[in-house]
Amino acid sequence: MPQVFHRSTNTIARVSIFGALFVVGVAGYGLNLINRSSYVTQANVAIEQPVPFSHRHHAGELGIDCRYCHTSVEIGANAGVPPTQTCMNCHRQIWLDSPTLEPVRASYRTDVSIPWIKVHDLPDFVYFNHSIHVAKGVGCETCHGRIDQMNLTWQQNSLQMEWCLDCHRNPERYVRPKSEVFTMGWQPVGDQLEIGRELVKANDVHPKTDCDTCHR
Amino acid sequence: MSDPTNPTTPTPALDIEQVRTELASARGRHYWRSLDELASRPGFDALMAREFPRQAPGLLEAVDRRQFMQLMGASLALAGLSACTRQPAETIMPYVKAPEDIIPGRPLYFATAMPIGGIGTGLLVESHMGRPTKIEGNPDHPSSLGATDAFAQASVLGLYDPDRSQVISSAGEIRPWNAFTAALDQALAAQGSSGGAGLRILTDNITSPTLAGQLAALLTKYPNSHWHQWDPIARDSARLGSRMALGVDADVRYRFVDADVVLALDADFLGSGPAQVRNLRDFSVRRKPGGSMNRLYAVESSPTVTGARADHRMAMKAGDVQAFAWALAGQLGVAPQKPKNLSPEYTKWITALAKDLAAHRGRSIIVPGDHQSPEVHALAHALNIALGNVGKTVICTEPVATQPVYSMASLKELVDAMAAGQVEVLLMLGTNPVATAPADLQFAERLAKVGFRAHLGLYDDETAQLCHWHIPEAHYLESWGDVRSEDGTISIIQPLIAPLYDGKTMLEVVAAANGRPQSGYDLVRAFWGDKRKAAGDFDRWWRTTLHDGLIPDTALAPKPVGLRSNWIDAVIRMHDDTKDAGVGLELVYRLDSGVLDGRFANNGWLQEAPRPITKLTWDNAALISPATAKRLELKNEDVVELTHSGRTLEVPVWIVPGNADDSITLALGYGRKRAGRVGDGVGVDANLIRTSAAAWIASGVTLEKTRRTYPLATTQEHHSMEGRHLVREATLAEYTHEPAFAREMVEEPAKDMTMYPPHPYEGAAWGMTIDLASCIGCNACVIACNAENNIPVVGKEQVAAGREMQWIRIDRYFEGAETNPTIVHQPVPCMQCENAPCEVVCPVNATVHSSEGLNDMVYNRCVGTKYCSNNCPYKVRRFNFFKYQDWTTESLKLARNPDVTVRSYGVMEKCTYCVQRISQARIVARREDRDVRDGEVVTACSQACPAGSIVFGDLNDPESRVAKQKADARNYSLLGDLNTRPRTTYLASVRNPNPELES
Repeated sequence: MPQVFHRSTNTIARVSIFGALFVVGVAGYGLNLINRSSYVTQANVAIEQPVPFSHRHHAGELGIDCRYCHTSVEIGANAGVPPTQTCMNCHRQIWLDSPTLEPVRASYRTDVSIPWIKVHDLPDFVYFNHSIHVAKGVGCETCHGRIDQMNLTWQQNSLQMEWCLDCHRNPERYVRPKSEVFTMGWQPVGDQLEIGRELVKANDVHPKTDCDTCHR
Repeated sequence: MSDPTNPTTPTPALDIEQVRTELASARGRHYWRSLDELASRPGFDALMAREFPRQAPGLLEAVDRRQFMQLMGASLALAGLSACTRQPAETIMPYVKAPEDIIPGRPLYFATAMPIGGIGTGLLVESHMGRPTKIEGNPDHPSSLGATDAFAQASVLGLYDPDRSQVISSAGEIRPWNAFTAALDQALAAQGSSGGAGLRILTDNITSPTLAGQLAALLTKYPNSHWHQWDPIARDSARLGSRMALGVDADVRYRFVDADVVLALDADFLGSGPAQVRNLRDFSVRRKPGGSMNRLYAVESSPTVTGARADHRMAMKAGDVQAFAWALAGQLGVAPQKPKNLSPEYTKWITALAKDLAAHRGRSIIVPGDHQSPEVHALAHALNIALGNVGKTVICTEPVATQPVYSMASLKELVDAMAAGQVEVLLMLGTNPVATAPADLQFAERLAKVGFRAHLGLYDDETAQLCHWHIPEAHYLESWGDVRSEDGTISIIQPLIAPLYDGKTMLEVVAAANGRPQSGYDLVRAFWGDKRKAAGDFDRWWRTTLHDGLIPDTALAPKPVGLRSNWIDAVIRMHDDTKDAGVGLELVYRLDSGVLDGRFANNGWLQEAPRPITKLTWDNAALISPATAKRLELKNEDVVELTHSGRTLEVPVWIVPGNADDSITLALGYGRKRAGRVGDGVGVDANLIRTSAAAWIASGVTLEKTRRTYPLATTQEHHSMEGRHLVREATLAEYTHEPAFAREMVEEPAKDMTMYPPHPYEGAAWGMTIDLASCIGCNACVIACNAENNIPVVGKEQVAAGREMQWIRIDRYFEGAETNPTIVHQPVPCMQCENAPCEVVCPVNATVHSSEGLNDMVYNRCVGTKYCSNNCPYKVRRFNFFKYQDWTTESLKLARNPDVTVRSYGVMEKCTYCVQRISQARIVARREDRDVRDGEVVTACSQACPAGSIVFGDLNDPESRVAKQKADARNYSLLGDLNTRPRTTYLASVRNPNPELES
C-alpha cells in the first residue's frame, strides 16, 4: 500500500506542533508584557486634570510641605485631596486673574467640587492605608516618585500586587528615617540595605503579607 | 417550564407515632432539629445526603454538550480578554470647604436614640462621610449599655429603603410643603369656631417632651379636639393591670441582676418589648454557672426565646395562664384558693415553684406577658408585692408615656366618632391604623367619612392611600427630636444625615398645625433652651447632651405603690371562669420577631432573619403543637382556614414542638398590601380575623383543613449536624460535680496529629468564644453582621433552596419529648480552624491561612469552584449563586460599609472575624508602636450581643477576656474530634433546674 501522506508531512507536523507551542509561548509572553505595560497599569502616563496643577511648582519650587494639602496622610487611610478652600488660601491673593485658575474660583463660588481625575486608582477590593506606611518610614517618594519634578502628575509605579509585595517582603530596601519621609530626593548615606535593616529594627517594621492585610 | 428549585414536591406525611417511638428509644441527651429529622423520613435523608440541600437543580435550563463547549470556549476567551482591560477613570470630588473633623476614610460616631412605639434606645451611629452605615448601642445609655436588638441594627437599611415615601402628595399629585400647610390651616380655621370639636389627632405612644409640649399647645388652642393614641405594640394589659391592682398608672421595670428566681407568665421579656436589651443584659449577668446563677420558670403557649432559655418550661394555652396565676396566688396565700382538678404533675410543678419563690422573697420576679389579660398583670403585681419584690427587683415608676392611655379603647373611641360623623379633620401621625387595627373596627370604611384626612408616615402605605394628604416622614436617623427610654431617661435624637426625601417629623407637622411651622432643630432647641433657662450656659449643656446621647438623671424615680384594698374584688369581677376552661382551639396573636407589627415589613434583613424558634423566613404561619397536628391530620405547609367571630383567614400550618396543644399562634405584621417591594404580600394578615375584644388571645376558634399547601422557606433542615455532640448542656448540679463535662463528651486528637506544618502565630492569634448558657438566639448578631459586612438579601425562593447568605446562622436544637422539649440555640459563624479543611482544597489559593490565624477569603481570587464549602464540616461558607447584591439602586449604595468589599456573583464568602475592624485597630496600634490592646477589636456580632455571649480577642494575650474564657472548664470545640482546631469555641450551656422537680 502506498503511503497516504508524503514524507514532508512529518516535517510539517513537527513544525506545526513546535510552532504552535512557540506561538502560545510568545502570546503568553506578549500578554504578560501588555499586562505590565503602561497601557494597562497607567504608570508614567501624565493625567490631564480640570486644572493643570503642577506639583513641580508647588511642592518643588515653592517648597510647600506635602501635608499642607494632603492633611490626613499621617492619620487616615487616604492622604486627602485638599478642599478648594486650601487652594484659595493663597489664590485669593495671588494669580487672581489667571484664566487657568478659573475652575478653582468657580468651584469656590458655586460650592461645586473640582472633579479631579484619580491618578493612583487601586481596585475596589484593595484597602490601602497611607498613615501606617508614613509612620513606618516609607517616603512619599518611594511610591509616588519625584513628585516635586512632575508638572502634570503621573503614577510612578505599576501599583500591581507584585510591586506592593516586593516592599512588604523586603522593607529594608525601601524604608528611610522617619524624619525623611516627606523629603524628596533623599539618598541614604551609605548602604541602603544596612541602614534599612537598622531602621526596620528600630521602627518595629514588620509588614504583613497576609491576604487580609489589603483584601477584606 | 416547571421550576425545579421549588421545594414543594409532596413528601410523605409526618409520622408522629414514629417520632414517639424514636424518642422513647433514645437514651441520654439526644438533640434533634426538626420533627422530620426525628422521624427519619426518607425524603429527609435524601435531602441531608446532598451537599447544599436542594441546591443542585439550580441550573434552570439544561445545557447540552455542544452548547456547553461553546459557552466554555467563549468564557475562556472573554476571561483572557478581560485581563487586558484597565480600570475606567474615576474622579475625586473633594469638599469645597471641608467640614471640621471629617477625615475621608475614618468614620465618626454620633449618639442618638431610636424610638419604637415611642420608647427610645440609646445608640451610637457610625457615619462615613455623612452616611450612617452601622448602628451600635450607646454604652452610657441605660436601655442599651452598648448592645442593641435586631430592629435597631436593621433600622439603617430602613433609612435607605428605596420604597420609602418620597414626596408630599394629595389626590395623586405631588405638592409642596406650603400647599399642605395652607390646606391644613384652612381645615383648622373651620374648626376654630367649635373649639376643634371635629379635630382628631392619632399618634402612637408619645414620650417626647418637646412633642408633648406642642400637642398640649394644639389641644389648648382647640379645647374640644381629641388626641387618640393607637400603638399596635402598646402594652394595654400592663396599663389596665396596674390600674386594677394598684389603682394608679405605673410602669414596671425589672432588675434581673438582683433576681434569683424569675417566673415568666407567658412573658417574652428577653425577646420582645421596649426593655428587651436591658433585660437580657441584666439577666445574662446572672446566667453564669456558679453560686449566683438564677433560675427561670416559664409558662407559655408557644415557645419563645425566653421560654427556650428557661430552666423549667411548661406549655399551656395562653388562656390557661390566668388560671395558673390564680393557682400560684392561691398557693402563696395572695388570693383565695380556687379548687381545680389539676393534674398531679401540674400540682407538683406549681408547689415547687411557689416554694422556690417564697424562699427567695425580695429576690424573685414574676413577669406577666404583654398580651396576657389585665388580671394576670394584677395578680403579678399582688404576687410581687406579697413576695416583697417591689422596690427591690420590681420597680414601679410613673408612666414613661406623656399621656398613658388604654390604646385599644382610644382607637375605638376614634372609630366610633368617625362612624358617627363627628370627625372632620383627622391627622394620623406616624401610624398606619388601616393595616394594624383589628378587623372589627372597620377602620378603613369609617375613615371614608372624615372630611380632611392627612397622614404622616415613612411609607406611602395602606393608610396613606386612603388619605387626602400624605407627607413623607423623616426617618429617626434624619430627625431632630427627643424621646424617653423605658426607664424614663431622655435622649435628644440628632440626625445623622439630612432628610433624603425632605421628610417631616411628627414634631414639625404638629408645629405646623399649631400655626408655627418650624424646623425640628429649632423646636427641640427652643424647648430645652426654655427648660434650661435657669441653669445657664445652654450651648455647653446642649453640646454635652448631644455628645453623651442622654440627659443625666432623667430616669424616673421609683414610686411607692401598694395594693388597692379591694383589688381582689376587681380582679374577681373581671375573671371569667369559662374563659380559662380551655375548650376548643385558641388563637394567639404575637408581635413578630422580624417585622414587629408590620412596620419593618419592607426590611429585607429582618424578613430574611430566621425566626428564633421556627426558623421560618419571609412568612408567618399558624404554629401548632405536634399533637394538635396529629389530631387534625395536619402537616407542615398545609393551608388551613381559621374562623373566629364570623371572619375567616387562610394560613399555612407549621408544627412547633413545645407548643401548647389546641393553641394556634399567628404573628402579626404580615400580609401587608402597600409595604413596598420587599414586604408586599408576604405572609397573611392576622388582623383580618382579629377583633378588638380578643386582641391577643381569641378562644373558640375553628380550624378547617383545605386541600392546598403553601411552601414556607425555613432554614431549619439545612446544614443539619446529625446527632453529634454539637450543643453540650448540663444541669448546674452536674456542672458543679464535673465542670469539664463538655470536654469529656468527645475525645479530641492530640495537637500534633496532623500532616500540616504548624503555624507559629507570633503576633496576635484571634479567637472567639460563644457562651451557650446565655445565648437566646435573638438574631441581633445576625443582623449586625449583615450591616457590617454588606451581606445581601436573597429572597424566599433562594432561602428555600438553601442559599441564604447570613454569615452567622443560629442553629436551634430540641431535646426531649416533643410536647415540651428543651430548646437550645447555637450561633455558628466561621470557626476559623487552625487546621482548616477549606484551605487545602482551594485550587486557586483564594482561601488561605493568615499569620494571625484567620482563614482569609480572597474574593478577587475566587473562581467559584465551591470546593471549600464542600470540605467545610461546619457548612459556614456562603456562595453567591446570583448577583444577590443590589448594584443599581442608588440609596442602597449609601448603606454599604466602605471598608468591606461588595461581592458579586460566583464568589464564595464567609465570616471574616470582621477583619476590617482588626486591620483598623492594628494600624492604629502599630502607628503608636504598640500591640493591639484587649477590647480594641470588637466584632460586629460581639458588639451587638445584648447577652454578652460573644467574646472576641487575642489568644496570645493571656490577660485577654477571650483567653480567660477559653480557660473556662466549659469551653469546647465544635466537632473537635475532626482535629480542625477551631478558633471559635463554645462554652457549654448550663441550666439550673429546681432539684425538687428533677426526677
